Amino acid sequence: MKRIYLDSNSAMPTRREVVEEMLPFFTEHYGNPSSIHELGKKPRRAMEVARERVASLIGSDPSEIIFTSGATESINLALRGPIPFRGPGKDRIVISQADHQSVRATSAAIENSGLRRSVLELDGSGRISMEEAERTIGEDVYMVSIPFASHEVGTLQPLGEVLELVKEHGALFHIDLTTSAFQIPFDVKELDADLVTLSSVDLMGPKGVGALFVRKGTGISGLIKGGGHERGLRSGSENIPGIVGFGAAAEYVKQNMSIYSPRLCSIRDHLIKGLLGIPDSHLNGHPKSRLPNNANIRFDYVEGESMLLLLDMNGISVSSGSACTQKNLEPSRTLLSMGLRHEEAHGSLQFTMNPDNTMEDAKYVISIMPEIVEQLRDMSPLYNP
Amino acid sequence: MTRLEYTKKVLEHFKNPRNVGEMEDADAIGTVGNPVCGDMMELSIKVEGDKIEDIKFRTFGCASAIATTSMLTELVKGMDLKDAENIKWADVVKGLEGLPPVKVHCSLLAVEALKAALYEYYRKKGINRTDLKPRDDEGDEHHGDSEKACGPLI
Repeated sequence: MKRIYLDSNSAMPTRREVVEEMLPFFTEHYGNPSSIHELGKKPRRAMEVARERVASLIGSDPSEIIFTSGATESINLALRGPIPFRGPGKDRIVISQADHQSVRATSAAIENSGLRRSVLELDGSGRISMEEAERTIGEDVYMVSIPFASHEVGTLQPLGEVLELVKEHGALFHIDLTTSAFQIPFDVKELDADLVTLSSVDLMGPKGVGALFVRKGTGISGLIKGGGHERGLRSGSENIPGIVGFGAAAEYVKQNMSIYSPRLCSIRDHLIKGLLGIPDSHLNGHPKSRLPNNANIRFDYVEGESMLLLLDMNGISVSSGSACTQKNLEPSRTLLSMGLRHEEAHGSLQFTMNPDNTMEDAKYVISIMPEIVEQLRDMSPLYNP
Repeated sequence: MTRLEYTKKVLEHFKNPRNVGEMEDADAIGTVGNPVCGDMMELSIKVEGDKIEDIKFRTFGCASAIATTSMLTELVKGMDLKDAENIKWADVVKGLEGLPPVKVHCSLLAVEALKAALYEYYRKKGINRTDLKPRDDEGDEHHGDSEKACGPLI
């Protein structure tokens, strides 16, 4: 059976040319970049090339890129690292309901350790409300963390407006670029963020590697202590094959984004239009101001996990906002914050693409979906047409 | 089987559920769960003599909610009322050759649906079987309260 993969927010395939670049660093150039002998040279140079490539994707200086084990570690470092350097009276962190679980969990841990936390709610389109942000961000805030776009529904966030507020109140600004970096250009020279999280797998690079951009002059201390790698901010011998792959993926994205992103937008719009042809179905998130690769649709009277499994049986991989697909059996906080009722959140599906997806994929999903929804509605006690 | 995966039997019941639908001449209907919690089950029974002659279900919920209700109907169809009253969630789980731990509560809900239908059946006959009476804390329309009530039943 042909497999159509529409769960790219969960993981993306690593590009073959990226893997090719990585391979020699397992078996030939396996030295430690900290070694001063001959075998340390290649890995050391390769790591610096990768750092330049990743920096170039977001317009930063290579010295501002700290390699980590992925977005979760970058987020932990971004949110916790600056705490010892925060000014007097600054004891609150502000995040949003558009954030990924790793931001929520890290900030919850910060709250448990004695600081305070505010979570910005979302409007019906999945965007944080500037009114609430203005009320919430004050002089006592040391850090505001906002994703470039909502992880689940893909709605773009008003970063420029938030940035003004953040600077006005002398706080740090962290932007989680995980879902957007491969599809929408971002430049730290244009948007004055202090910290930016990047993930390799979300650029079609290998898993287990990421980066944190730390603007020069930002007070931050590392969480992982050891040999003082990565300017003392992230100890541990570097994952050289991963870092090399990350650099190659960043280069690929930089060169090709302008070609595939508009194509993803057309596929996305076709998919949304087709699926909304099913009665009692609705788009979650903003109709236009959203990530090119994200379509998030809810179907009334049915539950997400059931739809997900029937799609899977038809060769289609997606994910769901339903509680039943979560380890903690809780429905999506993002969807609830947008004003969806619990049962609406349970019936939501997230379709996320990567550049390998085609218009044919969207057409196939559109051809299969009505039957699946009908089958489940026929056995739903909520559906009484 | 890993923690997240369903057995073949669960998937088979999910894909081809037995005894789905409404029953026009049902003797009693039991409804439990709440869409707020992500699963809701409705069981209709037809009783002849002391036997459950026919049974139908409708379920809103995940694959395990659908499969457990389907399995339950298969187990109790044709069964004496007394035996049906004693069906346990573990019988349903056994019939399905296992459920991921996080989904076991679905089998409890299916048994609750059967008890609710039996309670209703006896109530109509003027017998108050409080031992079969369904729990009344399955959540309500208010989101704040509902979260607490949505937890697993064990």
